[in-house]
Amino acid sequence: MNINHDHFRQALQRTPFHDRISAMSTTETWTGWNTYKVARVVDKLSAEYFAVRSGCAVMDLTPMEKYRITGKDAYAYLDRLLTRDISTLKPGRVTYVVWCDDAGKVIDDGTLFQFGEQDYRLCSQHHQLDWLLMSASGYDVQIETETHDVAALAVQGPTSYSVLTAAGIGGLEQLKPFGIADLHCGDIPVTVSRTGYTGDLGYEVWVEPANALRLWDAIFAVQGQYDIQPMGLDALEMVRIEAGFIMPGFDFNTAESTIRNGYDRSPYEVGLGWVVNLDKGHFTGRKALIAEKAQPIKRRLTKIVVDGNKPVGEAFIYAGKGGKLVGEIKCTIWSPVLKANLALADIDYVNGHLPKKLWARFDYQRELKWRTAWAECHAQSKPFYVPEHKSATPPKRF
Amino acid sequence: MTERNDVIIIGAGHNGLVCAAYLARAGLNVLCLESSSSAGGMSAPRTLGDDYQFPGLAHLSYPVASAIRRDLKLDKFGYIPGKAIDTIALDAGGNHLTIGANSVSGSGLAESDEAAYAEFRKQYLDFAKALSPLFENKPPRLKNIPFADKTTLAKLGWNVRMGLGRETMYELLRVAAINIYDVLNETFEDDRLKGAIAADAVMGSAMGPRTPGTVLTWLQRLHSELGGPMSLQSGGRSQLVHALTQSAEDAGARIQLNTHVEKILVDNGKAFAVELADGEMLKAKIVISNADPRSTFGKLVGAPLLDAMFANRVSQIRGAGVVAKLNLALSGMPEFEGLTEAQLANRLLVAPSMKYIEHAFNHSKYGEYSEHPVLDIAIPSLHNSSLAPDGHHVMCVNVSFVPYDLEGGWEDEETTFAYKVISQLGQYSPNLKSLIVDHEFLTPRDVETQFHAVQGHWHHGELSIHQSFMMRPLHGAAQYDTPIDKLFLCGAGCHPGGGLTGLPGRNAAKRVLESGGAK
Repeated sequence: MNINHDHFRQALQRTPFHDRISAMSTTETWTGWNTYKVARVVDKLSAEYFAVRSGCAVMDLTPMEKYRITGKDAYAYLDRLLTRDISTLKPGRVTYVVWCDDAGKVIDDGTLFQFGEQDYRLCSQHHQLDWLLMSASGYDVQIETETHDVAALAVQGPTSYSVLTAAGIGGLEQLKPFGIADLHCGDIPVTVSRTGYTGDLGYEVWVEPANALRLWDAIFAVQGQYDIQPMGLDALEMVRIEAGFIMPGFDFNTAESTIRNGYDRSPYEVGLGWVVNLDKGHFTGRKALIAEKAQPIKRRLTKIVVDGNKPVGEAFIYAGKGGKLVGEIKCTIWSPVLKANLALADIDYVNGHLPKKLWARFDYQRELKWRTAWAECHAQSKPFYVPEHKSATPPKRF
Repeated sequence: MTERNDVIIIGAGHNGLVCAAYLARAGLNVLCLESSSSAGGMSAPRTLGDDYQFPGLAHLSYPVASAIRRDLKLDKFGYIPGKAIDTIALDAGGNHLTIGANSVSGSGLAESDEAAYAEFRKQYLDFAKALSPLFENKPPRLKNIPFADKTTLAKLGWNVRMGLGRETMYELLRVAAINIYDVLNETFEDDRLKGAIAADAVMGSAMGPRTPGTVLTWLQRLHSELGGPMSLQSGGRSQLVHALTQSAEDAGARIQLNTHVEKILVDNGKAFAVELADGEMLKAKIVISNADPRSTFGKLVGAPLLDAMFANRVSQIRGAGVVAKLNLALSGMPEFEGLTEAQLANRLLVAPSMKYIEHAFNHSKYGEYSEHPVLDIAIPSLHNSSLAPDGHHVMCVNVSFVPYDLEGGWEDEETTFAYKVISQLGQYSPNLKSLIVDHEFLTPRDVETQFHAVQGHWHHGELSIHQSFMMRPLHGAAQYDTPIDKLFLCGAGCHPGGGLTGLPGRNAAKRVLESGGAK
């Protein structure tokens, strides 16, 4: 493992890509993510956003927590850990997963990579080693943190396939969504997965930290040919909401960080019922989720479009204009592509149903003066933005 | 097996038998499976060679809970609580103390201690009585409290506040969670007396007199004493196990010996059968485990069928056994300096001071045995001469504090240590060594192997505060039911814990019936 013995000199560690991102940063807006220093915006937010939607954006993914899970019982262990039936996952494939505590409340979500019969990688937003180890008692598995041993770049956007190909990574044409391939970028061994958090065509490229800068340079060497932008977390927040992806710990409280009774959320309550398989056999939280499912659902994290173009921000949601308070907006953006206010809102259901009329009451400023406004909200079950080119194999060549 | 089983009980220890008898009386079809060749678990009699019989591992006991004695008609089936015995605190110089229920005597004992003893006993028996709603009932839930639990709490509150009175209540609240060491030092002068009481407070637990919570373990012991005096299990038809077996079988329960359960089978979160060592599957509508919670969940059910936090809590249950058993077959009557033969029928205790006990305990913490262990000695053949050939005797000794995990392992040390214990006994009884015909020595490891109790713990888990009441054996299974539907617990690992009270078995049976029986 890579141990940074000088870590105490830095409040936040540098990722293996830091030198390049730092050199390109004009805004110097840095923030912390899992002890690493990452950019909120590298240069210009709108340019980074549009690179994802119409060009190619490159984001440093290294701080994402990565755990290697191997051993004889790796499958059985994961099967008990995760709510989803992973019996159909195969080596070379990735799937989206969620895991709960005994009470059936969401601890975190993530992606599960299967490399071999008994060899998996679990990626998550939050630190999970304690939970993963605690869940391991009674299983023959090895669980190791490899967050710091694997550098990763998200390369996302309609031209990402062309960019990576031009950068020297051959063999991507037949890689399907959620597929994994061991390839080379010139002479650098890389693992590429067709995964992402943007809702667009995109890849995640995994590389040894020692080769990180060479990978970065190979990609940015074709910047003259394509619009390639380094991307920060702010643009990511915009595109992930457009794609309808949730972020545990931000859109809802995760089980392990919840103190107040009832402030945590079950998978059903955050719209992840589709990742729960109650028939697959036992998993942590199953009993609680069966009991919950037998009752009308109490609330759900709901995708809503808010009428108008005023910035909604954090707002309360009412059943009808001036009606009963039924919820609150958890995250919201103005979508430049869709020209709409998009939001995820935690909304109380009435007798198991979403209230018919939803209105947001919010405060906004005009030339520094506060005003109050009401706007009607329209719930949506599908992601806000699903471009066709996202899932085409082979992807369109630019 | 064509018979339809409403209930399978795993283990015919006394709690399993109590539970079986109650459920059979309620009309359920009960099959009780016992892996050894006799019922009774840790209270089942033992033999050494052809000629010597010994009481079970638990050779001292208090009478079974009176409600159980009545409900299960144990008197009709021959149950007679044993004759009351005193404790004689042995002194190497021959100045032994005789400690009874309400009085203490012996040479060199200060008058102030004699008076303090009577007062102390009265006060602590009052405390134990005030807490009895808590000890006798299913532990109350603290969230979504059902009515029965409210009654328990109300009775407890009334007893503590109104029964004891304000000043006494304050005293109970002051001492409830502290150690016996401080309390005894406040009350008495005499080291022998303090040692004897402290030894009882920590008996069977990995605790020394200075361990917090040892007043509570002492109160739990006193609670058993409310039902009658301590006596010796000296074999015969009057024994609890015998009467319980009769009572259960009379009500229709079937007890099947030499039948080892390997697995509790669970389908879709519900227990439906057990699998035996030979692979046979026996179905039942309800499975009740008298095995200890760590075996039940860790081995019989297995972590994959449990939620992660619950499985983790199971693996964290504290309960390393610290008591070894030495059974001696003797060719004659051992002589103890300063004691008459009549006095030898009592319980003899080597725990001359609290410091002595604490030192013995310290060794066990570090994986060592003490050269000066605490010894709890009885000669059952003085109560029942049929246990040994004419003129011969049997002696049983509980040896505390003996580590489950001995540094370097037990294999080469078992005999060495047994001899050390025998030499120690020789200090009080010079002719003992020459009388020994045969011996049996069971370390906590042997207790684990023979009684299927993880780490050889008498009580299936330490009786520490964090494993008592609504946290016994653990959060999520503290009311005899478990996260697995139709799987219940009825053993000493449950509230109120070990001892031959039968209360866990009775409470579990009530819980099964409350939750719909075999419907």
